[in-house]
Amino acid sequence: MPVPSRRDDAPATAVTGHADPGEAAFSAGAPRAVDSVGLGRARALLFVAPALLLIGVFLLFPALWTLYIGATNFERTGPNHVNPQVTWFDNYVDVLTDPSFYNSLWLTLLFVLFSAVIGQNGLGFWLAWSTRRLHRRVRRVVESLVLLAWILPSSVVAFLWIAMLDQRGGTLDALLGNPGTAWLVEYPMVAIIVFNTWRGTAFSMMLYSAALSSVPPSQLETARLAGATGGQTLRDVVFPHIRGHVLTNTLLITLWTFNDFGPFLITGGGPGDDTEIAAVYLYNTAIRDGDLGYSGAISLLILVANVVLALAYLRMLRRRDSS
Amino acid sequence: MSPKRSTAAADIGEAAARKTAVALARRVGFYAVTCLISVFFALPLLWLVTAPFDASPAYAIEFPEPTLRNFETILSNPYALPSLLNSLILAVGTALFVVTGAALAAYALSRVRIPGRDALLYVLLLLSSVVTGTAAMVPLFLMVSEVGGAIHPVLGVDSHFSVTLVMTGGLLPAAIFMLKDFVDSIPPSYEESARVFGASPFRVLKDVVVPLITPGLATIAVWSIVNVWGNFLVPFILLRDADKQPAAVLIRTLYTEAGQPNLALLATFSLLYSLPVVAMYLFVSKKYGFRFHGGIKS
Repeated sequence: MPVPSRRDDAPATAVTGHADPGEAAFSAGAPRAVDSVGLGRARALLFVAPALLLIGVFLLFPALWTLYIGATNFERTGPNHVNPQVTWFDNYVDVLTDPSFYNSLWLTLLFVLFSAVIGQNGLGFWLAWSTRRLHRRVRRVVESLVLLAWILPSSVVAFLWIAMLDQRGGTLDALLGNPGTAWLVEYPMVAIIVFNTWRGTAFSMMLYSAALSSVPPSQLETARLAGATGGQTLRDVVFPHIRGHVLTNTLLITLWTFNDFGPFLITGGGPGDDTEIAAVYLYNTAIRDGDLGYSGAISLLILVANVVLALAYLRMLRRRDSS
Repeated sequence: MSPKRSTAAADIGEAAARKTAVALARRVGFYAVTCLISVFFALPLLWLVTAPFDASPAYAIEFPEPTLRNFETILSNPYALPSLLNSLILAVGTALFVVTGAALAAYALSRVRIPGRDALLYVLLLLSSVVTGTAAMVPLFLMVSEVGGAIHPVLGVDSHFSVTLVMTGGLLPAAIFMLKDFVDSIPPSYEESARVFGASPFRVLKDVVVPLITPGLATIAVWSIVNVWGNFLVPFILLRDADKQPAAVLIRTLYTEAGQPNLALLATFSLLYSLPVVAMYLFVSKKYGFRFHGGIKS
């Protein structure tokens, strides 16, 4: 979902040697709170209240409710809808013994690893690093193309890719001389991985462009004069400066990709359950099958997975800072 | 020149030539890869430019038989224009809520040390990236359909207002972050001097603070609009009435429910639906430079 720009500068301050990433994120560069307007605490709280209320009702409360629904046999229709029973951990036991859960988990991991961690990260960095050498205008064109893929509405890009990959004379088919390959049926996972790489690379490209400008040009120049190859320069000069950005970027795109519903618009989770990644699996159990208690349990497991990922990232940032 | 030295010189010359050749090959390779990547990004987009103007578009990109008839057809479709209007209502409504809520909260959080502020920001940071649309989908649906609907139809399913509120809740944490950052970067001295000259707190807020943070507010507004404009899942779940669905959902309907999709209609509508976002991107990138301060979209 959203892209808070501040994630971008949190590691930047960390890179320059501030101790605690949490502290760096919240106090670096910020002047100490100076209440020069004379707002006072009471009015300040009043200012924060509307936003907190909305966040509480529409984010926190649903999260807590997920916890409750997951412990019942609640369904969208039928007797269990009128009179849901608390079944405690039954749903969790069912989910954890359900092969389709592990199928979904495995597909999600593949999806995240190849489309986000490798695809978007790699391509985004390559674009940020290598387009610096291009003419300004050419660079703008390349960047605009990448950004367009990112800003167009998801329903539109989904359809563009359906048109691209269609069996009955899609563009890719036409380019390859009409072998009549049904890409979305024969290689559905590859298709959504390539699609998501295409869709999301812009974020990594922009983040790495900003990060690379934090590398002192004098160090790059020194490396060049010392005859370092491109690979050596990247490893010994550039990477130490942007390590924090790499971590931040990887975490963010991992979380987004983990919860991404976009591929549903292309494959609908199919054929069969071949592309039933986490968000689609959740959608199918909850909205299509109406098995709300069960999907509540899945929601919570997904939330837990997300929190674990976020904490692992914070740990990595912190460890790097203390070393 | 001794023979030994001349061979050494020849060696050096040869090495230099080899080096140049390698450098040249790398350069060519680099441009080839850049071209390939550009094609990879451009190819799917091309269809959006050709198909709407084609009298009989196919899936493959082809040079169009130029016509504008597709636009006439789509404009006479009873759902097309209203769905764009629905998208606009949702986007502008959400942007208003997000900007107002985030501005008040970000300003107070930046300037006043409220107890537990840092903890609050931490929780928000986690929430904004962790609690996402899909994981909270079931309770959100239940909350709106069971609780909201029971209180008042305006808060239930098939209501633009409830969709707006749900999306506002989802966007607010990130918006507060971006805006607090922005307010932090403004020195409080302006407010101080206004206070010294005896302006009331309300006047300082209205005449000093609001103008100062307007660029930040504009960023948040654009960011919210783009987000809502493209959001499919929330309206898809919460709006069942075809008259109320935004363009994001209508496209899906056009594709899946007509049996054989009408490509001309779909392509033309996709273009109309995309244009506002592209226009906004061009506007923002011209005015502020599309860079990483106040990143746009998810």
